Amino acid sequence: MKQNLLWKSVFIIAVLLVFVYGIFGIPSSLTGSGLAAALLQRINLGLDLKGGTHLILQVQVNDAVNVDAQQAIERLKGALRSRNIAFADISQADAANNPDHIQIKGVSPDHSGDLRDIVTSDLPEYNLSSGAQDTYTVSMKPSNLTELKNRAVQQAIETIRNRIDQLGVSEPVIEEHGLGQYQILVQLPGVDDPARVKAIMQSTAMLEIRQAFGGPYSSEQEALSANNGVLPPGTMLLRGKSIGDTSGGEPHDVWYLISRSSAVTGRDLRDAREGRDENGRPDVTFQLTNDGGRRFAAFTGSHVGDKLAVVLDNKVQEVATIQEQIHDSGVINGRFSEQESKDLAMVLRSGALPASIHYLEDRTVGPSLGADSIRDGVRAAIIGMLAVLVFMLVYYHGAGVNADVALILNLIILLGFLGYTGATLTLPGIAGVILTVGMGVDSNVLIFERIREELRNGKTPPSAVEQGFAHAWITIVDTHVTTIVSAFILFIFGTGPVKGFAVTLTFGLLANLFTAVFVSRVIFDYVLTRKQRGEALSIG
Amino acid sequence: MEFFRNPNIDFLGKKWYFLAFSLVFSVAGILSMLFWHGIPLGVDFRGGTLVRVKFTQSPDINEIRALMDRAGLHSARIQRFGPPANNEVLIGLAEKETSEAALDQGRAQIINALETRMPAGKQDLNNASGQAIQSYLLSNDPLHLGTDAAQRYQEMAQAIVHQRDAVQSGVLYSMNDLKGIVPPPVQASLSQGFGLSDFGVRNVDVVGPQVGKQLQNQAKLAILYSLIGMLVYLWFRFELIYGVAAVVACFHDTLITVGAFSLTDKEISLTVIAAILTLVGYSMNDTIVVFDRIRENIKLLRREKLADIVNRSINQTLSRTVLTSGLTFLTVLSLYLFGGEVLRGFSFALVIGILIGTYSSIAVAAPMLVAYQDWRTGRASSGRPMPPAAPTVNRREKVRAKA
Repeated sequence: MKQNLLWKSVFIIAVLLVFVYGIFGIPSSLTGSGLAAALLQRINLGLDLKGGTHLILQVQVNDAVNVDAQQAIERLKGALRSRNIAFADISQADAANNPDHIQIKGVSPDHSGDLRDIVTSDLPEYNLSSGAQDTYTVSMKPSNLTELKNRAVQQAIETIRNRIDQLGVSEPVIEEHGLGQYQILVQLPGVDDPARVKAIMQSTAMLEIRQAFGGPYSSEQEALSANNGVLPPGTMLLRGKSIGDTSGGEPHDVWYLISRSSAVTGRDLRDAREGRDENGRPDVTFQLTNDGGRRFAAFTGSHVGDKLAVVLDNKVQEVATIQEQIHDSGVINGRFSEQESKDLAMVLRSGALPASIHYLEDRTVGPSLGADSIRDGVRAAIIGMLAVLVFMLVYYHGAGVNADVALILNLIILLGFLGYTGATLTLPGIAGVILTVGMGVDSNVLIFERIREELRNGKTPPSAVEQGFAHAWITIVDTHVTTIVSAFILFIFGTGPVKGFAVTLTFGLLANLFTAVFVSRVIFDYVLTRKQRGEALSIG
Repeated sequence: MEFFRNPNIDFLGKKWYFLAFSLVFSVAGILSMLFWHGIPLGVDFRGGTLVRVKFTQSPDINEIRALMDRAGLHSARIQRFGPPANNEVLIGLAEKETSEAALDQGRAQIINALETRMPAGKQDLNNASGQAIQSYLLSNDPLHLGTDAAQRYQEMAQAIVHQRDAVQSGVLYSMNDLKGIVPPPVQASLSQGFGLSDFGVRNVDVVGPQVGKQLQNQAKLAILYSLIGMLVYLWFRFELIYGVAAVVACFHDTLITVGAFSLTDKEISLTVIAAILTLVGYSMNDTIVVFDRIRENIKLLRREKLADIVNRSINQTLSRTVLTSGLTFLTVLSLYLFGGEVLRGFSFALVIGILIGTYSSIAVAAPMLVAYQDWRTGRASSGRPMPPAAPTVNRREKVRAKA
C-alpha cells in the first residue's frame, strides 16, 4: 500500500511539473515580471484582452460568376460568328439574381445542333436548354457553380492574406466563417485604427488597360449626342475624374467612351512600385509578365496615335496617347497622395480580388480596454478563489487543506492546458476559470459530505473515505458530463470570446475530474496511513 | 462545523408556496418582456453601431447630444457607462442608420462629431494609432537620429501608446503626461503636430443587420439544442419523466433569468447567452444530484410513499446542495462585484441563475415527479403508490436474479 502510494505521489508531482512547464515554459528569471512575461508568451490572448479588430466580410460571389458569364458570352459570340450563324442577342437574363443564366435570342432552329456542339466543346461548365420562341438559355452546371463560388472565397482569402502580410500585422487570423454563407473572418490584433486596413482589404484592385475612343464628356447625354445618340458597338461609358486640369479647381466626374474589352488586365502584372514622376508627384509604375508584355506590345504597336485608358475598378484613372510601341512596363498617374500611391502599388502586387466584399461586422477593442479587462478579470478570479479556499479550510478543517491543494492543482493544469494547446484566453475565458473554481470544489464537497455521513453512521475513517469516493463518483461524472455538453454546444454556436469561455470551462472540468477524484484520494490515503487506528479524521 | 446536521424539512408540503413564488417572478418577467422593457437586446443581436468613449472630465450628456444632432445623427442613443468616476459614455446608432454598404460611416461620423476642440491641421494624440505617431516622428525627426531612427521612434510611439492606454485607461489629459516618457524635443515636436481632444475611443462595435439576425437564430438554436440534449441524457440515465421534470426546471430558470434582464433593463449580449447556457448545465447538475439520491432511496425504501422518499432525499442532499451552490455563488458574486463592466451582464445572469437553479431543483423538479406519479395513479384505479422506476439499475438486478 505504501509503495502504491509513493508511485501515485510521484505521478502527481510529475503531472504538476509538466503543466507548470506548459504555463511558463522556461522563464528567463524567477522574478514576478520574468514569470509574467513567460506566461504571456505561452498563453494566447484573445482580441478582447489584447486589443485589436475583428471583422466579418461577405464575399459577393455573384461578382465572380458575373465575370465568368461575361467571358462565356464573348466566347459564344465569337464561336457563332466564326461559323456564320446569325443571332439577335446574347445577354444575361437576370444579372442580379442568376448571373450565370445567359439568354440567346434569334438563332434559328436549324442551327440548334451547331449551338449544342459549341456549348459542349467551348463551354463545358454550362448546360444548354431551349426555351420559348427560338430562345435558348445557357446556365452553369450546379456543381461548377458551387465550385466557382467556393473558389472565389478561397481566392479572396489568399488575396486578403497577401495584403495584410504586407501591412505587417502580427498574427492575423483570416479564415472562412459560418456555414456555407461565403463569409470570411478576419482578426487583426493590435490594429486599433482599422479604416485604412479595411480600405486596403476591400479594394478590388481590378486594373485594366483599354482603348479610349472619346472624352472627357461632362455628362452621359453629352457623350451620347457626340456619337449620334447611340454608342458604337463594343464600347461603354465609364466615369473618371477630370484629368489634365491645369487651371486648378475641384476635380469633378467626367465620362469617357471606352472599349469593352481590355488589352491588358491585372493578371498580367508582374510587379508594381510606387514612385515619383518628373514633377515630383507620386505615381505607380508596373511591370508586365512576358505574355502580357507581348500582348501589350501588339496592342500599342497597332494603335500608335490612339488613346488608351487606365481603368481601375471600373473608373478611369487616366487617359494617355500612345506615342510608340510599349513593351512591358507602364506608369499610372492619377493625382495620388504618397500614402495612396503606396497603397495602390501594394494592392496591385497582391492581385485583384475575384469578387467585391462587404463588411458585415466590425468590432474594435482598444488596447486600453484590453488592459483594463485583464486587470479586472484577474482581480475577480483571485478574490473568488481566496474566498473559496478560506471557506473550505474553515468548514472542513483538515480535509479543507486537501480540497485547497486539489483546487490549486486544478488551476495549474487548466492554465497548462491553455499553454500547450495554444487555445485562446478571452475575457469570458477568465470568467470560465472562476466558474471552474466554484464548480470544481463542488466535487470535493460532494465527497466530503458523503464521508461525513458515513462517519456519522459509524463507519471507520478508511471505510468512510472509500464509501465516500465510491458513491460520489457517479454523480461527479454525471454533473461534469452535462456541463461539458453545454460547453460543447457553446463552442459550436459561439463566436470568439464565447468559444474561449467554452474551452476554459471544458479544460477546467476535465482537470477537475483528475484532481478531485485521484489527487484528493491520494492525499486522504496518505493522511490515513499516518493515523493510528481509531484516530478521528479531520473533516470538520 | 456543519450547517445542516440532520435537517427534516417538509419541502413537498410547501410546494404551493414555491409555486406561488415561481409564478410571481415568471409572470412579472413575462409581463415586462411583453409590455414594459421588452427583451433588451444588445448590439450583437440588434445590429447597429456602438461606440464607447472615455472623456477627460465628466461628460455632459446634453452637450454630446447637441454635437450628434449637429452631425445629423438625430436618433443617437447616449448613456453613461460604468461608475461615474470613469467618465465613460456609450453612444449608439440604431441598425437602420447602419446599412451594410456604409457600415463604417456611423463610427466615423460619431468620432468626427466629437472632435470639436481640435485645431485645424493637427492630429488627435488621444486617438492616433502607434503607427501614425511613429510616421510623424520619423518624418519630422526631432532628435536628428541617423540610421536607427525608425526603430527608436517606434519604441517611443509604443511607449506613448502604452502610457495612454494601459496606464491611463485611454486618454491623455495634457501633453505633460508624456514627461519622462519621451525626451523634451520629441514632446515639443508632438505638440506642434498633435492636439489633444477631450476623449479617447475605447471600444467600437459595428454589427450589420444580417449578422444580428444570424446571431439571434444561432442563440435560439443553441438554447434549444442544449435543452434537448439534457432531456435525452436524463432519459437515458433515468426515465423520461425525470428528463421532462429537469427540462421544465431549466426552462423555468431561463425564463426567470431573462425576465430579470427585462425587469432591470439590462442588455442581453452574446456573452449573456453563454451565461444562460452555462446555467442550464449547472441547473442540470443540481437536479441530477437530487435525482440520484431519490433513485437510490427508491431502491432502498420500497415501501414508503414517493412524497416521503423525495422529501427525505432532498433533506439528505440539502447540505451538499446549499454548500456547492453557495461556493459557486461566492465566485460568481466576486465576478459581478470586481470583474469589471464588460462582464457585468454575464455575471448578473450567473448570479441570478445559480440562485434560481438551486431553488428549482428542490421546488420545481422534485414536486413535478410526485405530481406526475399522483396523476398516473389517479388514472389507474389501483390505490398502491408506484414510484417511477429506475430502469437501468433494476433491469440489471433482474438479469442477475435469473442467472
